[in-house]
Amino acid sequence: MSCQVSGFHATHMRLRGMIRKEWLQILRDPSSLAIAFILPLVLLLLFGYGVSLDARHIPLALVVEQPDAQTASLTGAFERSDYFTPTRFSNIQAAQLALKTHQVDGIVWLRNNFGCCLLAGDNAAIGVIVNGVNANQARITEGYIQGVWQTWLQNQSNAEGRDLPIPVTLEHRIWFNPAMRSQDFLIPGLIAVIMTLTGALLTAMVVAREWERGTMEALMVTPIRIWEILIGKLIPYFVLGMGGMLLTVAMARWQFDVPLRGSFWTLLGSSALFMLVALGMGLLISILAKSQFVAGQVAIIVTFLPAFLLSGFIFDISSMPTAVQAITHLVPARYFVAILQTLFLAGDIWPLVLANSSALLLISLIFLVLIKYKARKRLD
Amino acid sequence: MSILHHIFALATKEFLAVLRDRRSRFVLIGPPIIQLLIFGYAATFDLNNIPLGIYNEDNGAASRELISHFRGSPHFQIIKRVERDAEITPLIDGRQTLMVLHVGPRFSAKMERGDTAPVQVIVDGRNSNTAMLALNYARSIVLDFNRKWSGRKGQAGPPAHLQVRAWFNSNLESRWFIIPGIVGLLTLVVTLVITALSVAREREADTFDQLLVTPLRPTEILIGKALPGMVIGIIEGSFIILVAVVWFDIPLRGNLGALYLGLFLFLLSAVGVGLMISSLAITQQQGLLGAFLFLVPAVILSGFATPIANMPQVVQTLTYLDPLRYFLIVLRGVFLEGSSIELLTDQYWPMALIGLCSLALAGWLFRHRMY
Repeated sequence: MSCQVSGFHATHMRLRGMIRKEWLQILRDPSSLAIAFILPLVLLLLFGYGVSLDARHIPLALVVEQPDAQTASLTGAFERSDYFTPTRFSNIQAAQLALKTHQVDGIVWLRNNFGCCLLAGDNAAIGVIVNGVNANQARITEGYIQGVWQTWLQNQSNAEGRDLPIPVTLEHRIWFNPAMRSQDFLIPGLIAVIMTLTGALLTAMVVAREWERGTMEALMVTPIRIWEILIGKLIPYFVLGMGGMLLTVAMARWQFDVPLRGSFWTLLGSSALFMLVALGMGLLISILAKSQFVAGQVAIIVTFLPAFLLSGFIFDISSMPTAVQAITHLVPARYFVAILQTLFLAGDIWPLVLANSSALLLISLIFLVLIKYKARKRLD
Repeated sequence: MSILHHIFALATKEFLAVLRDRRSRFVLIGPPIIQLLIFGYAATFDLNNIPLGIYNEDNGAASRELISHFRGSPHFQIIKRVERDAEITPLIDGRQTLMVLHVGPRFSAKMERGDTAPVQVIVDGRNSNTAMLALNYARSIVLDFNRKWSGRKGQAGPPAHLQVRAWFNSNLESRWFIIPGIVGLLTLVVTLVITALSVAREREADTFDQLLVTPLRPTEILIGKALPGMVIGIIEGSFIILVAVVWFDIPLRGNLGALYLGLFLFLLSAVGVGLMISSLAITQQQGLLGAFLFLVPAVILSGFATPIANMPQVVQTLTYLDPLRYFLIVLRGVFLEGSSIELLTDQYWPMALIGLCSLALAGWLFRHRMY
């Protein structure tokens, strides 16, 4: 009987049995369902609202030593600005103390000769002090202060009915994200970070259990082949992981209002590739690591931290030193972050999507080959 | 004396459990060093060599002078000359350049007449933070150009100007902000993984019940279990601080007492949380998963990369539970601002509170979570 069953048919039967077993395991033990759906949901909600680089209502100290009409118009400009929450201080010492104790992030200081210098056309100085500890935030604050200053200059000269003596003005157009909402680029990046975690945890945690309990060996003595076991394990978790992925994409689109300008199918295709990479990474970790302690450290070291710091999710890769840029090529999340930011904000830009997708495809193939090789070796 | 003896014996055993295995020894030493070096260089918001495209339709001297200002800036690198409008889109879409500077055909003529001449920049806004910083750099280059041009032509400049100074970090290097943060980040990772497995490992091997029936009191077990995490954390933390100062040249302006008080209390809270997770877990796998589920939000919502002040109020309230939040303020305060112990009191006591509560809970769970 059995020799009449063709090889393909046998494979098909064994795979079906394996997948059925995995499904039952998934349904009976809610932990993998929780990792696939609850974890991304909670993390995206928490981080989607929590992670933002847009400073609003920056606490600012205003020190006016000699109040007059000129200073009133300038301080009024700061008070009307959405970016600042100004507080008046009577002298610079009090304002500097407030800066030291973090009550304000910056000081705008109009000395007592400001009004008369301005009227005399003497290029009056506006003193600005910012807390530079968070350099990025300090730069942004400086930029906002500059913006208020320029608008004020323009209004002053318009009111006096003359042109502002500025040789060159800079007009800017920000493509893809004219409102400069940082969440529009952080949330697609977060999807990549969260999916790296989910994918790796799904397999690393769930498959490792099979090795621990010795049931992997039990499987091995059945007629099923190694690659059939691996594919049988990957398919159910792939379906679960893609479910989680769709959930996060839907949340990004409708909960956080990130525009999705590329096509859904491109997104689905590249997500599937990335999911394969993430699951493969988890599987490889669980096969390679002999002890849980090492497995855990390795999982944190190779998944979360690189996806967070080296993927371009928040820190720009092109500003990193060349050696570190080379290392980022080993981080799969890097390619997915580039794809997601482009698909969400810019659209289907094929050269970019294809280049990054091929990198993901290559990595997933390398992982699959390594997994097959190492899984056999581990049993020997 | 016997208490000390008990604790010492248990702590020795715990140390051996972690350090016996060659691989886990390596995991404690190798990865933190490698990560410190890679992340220390990678995690920066500063932009240099921003790829810039130039589209100059004017061939006068003024436009050439303006462009030479961009060429001279360390922040920009001109990588492409654009000849036609249609070339701009693929350049920005494909991320070849972050910015394109467009000078219109009558630019020099306007400048010579003394009129205001507009130039246009097109910026890739996919990363809005990078876009905003690049735009700020471009603005300051144009401001600088204007000042020189007006000075030479004897025109009056604008009636008021800004004199900007940055305290504590006068060159605004974001590495000075990020690397003290990495000290906290890596210390947390190492401590959490050591402690999160310590009880779960024994539960899995069924030796924890044996430990509970020995004459050791729960407090002694708790201290014995907490000690290795604290000691290894202090050593790792000191090493990372040393590298930050010696290798990365981060100024350490405050005193070490304030820093180490912070490190001690932070480790207390990290060890407490780790032991709490561990005593809740039945298997090492659950312990690891728990550590992971604590670690990820603790890092992302700590103010490590994105300021807590930008978060909505609900999330801000949640960050009060995060020990890393307080330690980052201590680290940055002591490193850059030279903050004293008195100024940091509001950061110390919440960490102590989190540490004591979680340790107490862990001790209670030792006895009450049985299988």
